[in-house]
Amino acid sequence: MKNILLLACTVIAVTAFGNDTTRLNPSSKRQALKEEAPAITLPSGFNSTVVTTGLGKARHLTVAANGDVFVKLERLKDGKGIIRLHDTNNDGKADEISGFGNYTGTGIIIKNGYLYASSDKEVFRYKINEKDGKVDTASEQKIVTGLVAANQHQTKSLALDNDGNIYVNIGAPSNCCQVQDRLKGSPGQDPCPILEKAGGIWQFKADKTNQSYAEGVRYATGIRNVMGLDWNNQVNELYAMQHGRDMLFQFWPEMFTQKEGAENPAEELFKITKGADCGWPYCYYDNDKQQKLNCPEYGGDRKKDDRCADKTKSIMQFPGHLAPNALLFYTGNNFPPKYRNGAFIAFHGSWNRAPEPQAGFFVVFVPFKDGMPAGKWEVFADGFSGFKAGASTGKAQYRPCGLAQGPDGALYISDDNKGMIWKVTYTAN
Amino acid sequence: MKKLFLAVIVFIFATAFAIQQPATGLKAAIARGKTVYENTCLACHQPDGSGVPNMNPPLVKTKWVLGDKKALAKIVLKGLQGGEIDIDGDKFHNPMPPLESVLSDQEIADVLTYVRNSFGNKASLVTVAEVKALRAKLK
Repeated sequence: MKNILLLACTVIAVTAFGNDTTRLNPSSKRQALKEEAPAITLPSGFNSTVVTTGLGKARHLTVAANGDVFVKLERLKDGKGIIRLHDTNNDGKADEISGFGNYTGTGIIIKNGYLYASSDKEVFRYKINEKDGKVDTASEQKIVTGLVAANQHQTKSLALDNDGNIYVNIGAPSNCCQVQDRLKGSPGQDPCPILEKAGGIWQFKADKTNQSYAEGVRYATGIRNVMGLDWNNQVNELYAMQHGRDMLFQFWPEMFTQKEGAENPAEELFKITKGADCGWPYCYYDNDKQQKLNCPEYGGDRKKDDRCADKTKSIMQFPGHLAPNALLFYTGNNFPPKYRNGAFIAFHGSWNRAPEPQAGFFVVFVPFKDGMPAGKWEVFADGFSGFKAGASTGKAQYRPCGLAQGPDGALYISDDNKGMIWKVTYTAN
Repeated sequence: MKKLFLAVIVFIFATAFAIQQPATGLKAAIARGKTVYENTCLACHQPDGSGVPNMNPPLVKTKWVLGDKKALAKIVLKGLQGGEIDIDGDKFHNPMPPLESVLSDQEIADVLTYVRNSFGNKASLVTVAEVKALRAKLK
């Protein structure tokens, strides 16, 4: 009897610890499947499958070579901050959901046998076997630590180049570097001290532990906040989508009408070369004047541009406040040729357009040629918010937040409102 | 008899006014507060008070809005760093600017009365005297 008990205990222990990741409570999966399927709209020939839902704040995601999807959560689910979705029967839906990592965050990416994931202050990595999607959680290394994360633009996005470097955005914990943040009438600090440790993109070694500011390089500065960050392997350069500043109408009604405040500033796409200065907080891109101009807090009057002449110009501009939360250069073969090497951008959806109607909540596509936009942007996936008209941001059903490409060329989209994951594929007619 | 009748009439009127007075006061305060809300609060907290997920907290039936009036008024006067408000485990990261130099006691009383009686909320009004006393105490 005693032996049987011992055997049983051993079996339980082996089962519990033998897995690389912890199986999540199956009841949560059942509950998730009950949720209604959203009708996202896609161009003709494209189809979407719901991989899973109910993950909660599902931020960025990445796909291993075997097709396993890894999702970084901003709020722990059953104590786990990284979720692995495994599809056993190849129908696009996750059949096995497991998790590991007890910290919240946004960034996640796989490169050269390692899975990198970020909290708001650190970057970790784990060995991953991409053939079976198994992660060796015991191999956890802290690559970067001690980054600024002060309750605004605190999330860290990740990108890796092909020379052993990892890029981390450090968002400015500020709207436009006023003495008193977000207070009407408070002047802009000049120079802005935030730029020393935030408001830019830092470069670290992908394989060294415990790096911080002293070991890193401020690769680019003058970028308020970036969530969409991707390395373009075709031209071997970094690209980033900036979240533009808020409150132009509210703080400067004498310069911006309510409508102009909703449309400005542009959300900007930058090609980031080393040493780039994109102009924050001194400059903003005016969508009406189609120019980078001085911010009103720095003497701007919608004409002056003396602070901005030497700043890096964006390569594409979008309407104000749409909140670009993910950027992905598509290199797969599943989609038609026009999509190859082009950029997908997930717009989380606005809030600073109120009382004008909110906008965004979609995934757009930008055609590219040789690393530069080669046509206008177009809406690729829409219908996430479920808005009929005039609803507030908090009422959006789903909000696109992350993008990833599968080994089969499928596009994955995450939603951080309910934690829905879609897989988008193309079927030739 | 005539005197008694007059007294009764006066009493009825006085009572009616006494009852009506706060009601009219509340209605007027809400109307004034709505204007303050639209000019100063709406951009972040949204037209329906629902806030913005992860960023700006909702003002709909939360303990901060319906609970201790002093704590609520203190947030308006002194602001927040961001991250302090936790609603069912969800945090809100944007800072709240201190509005003590922007809004008068009257405006703060009015806007809080508006918020506490809008978006499905129902709670007592905030008086100018309450805001004034708190402002003096926090100096």
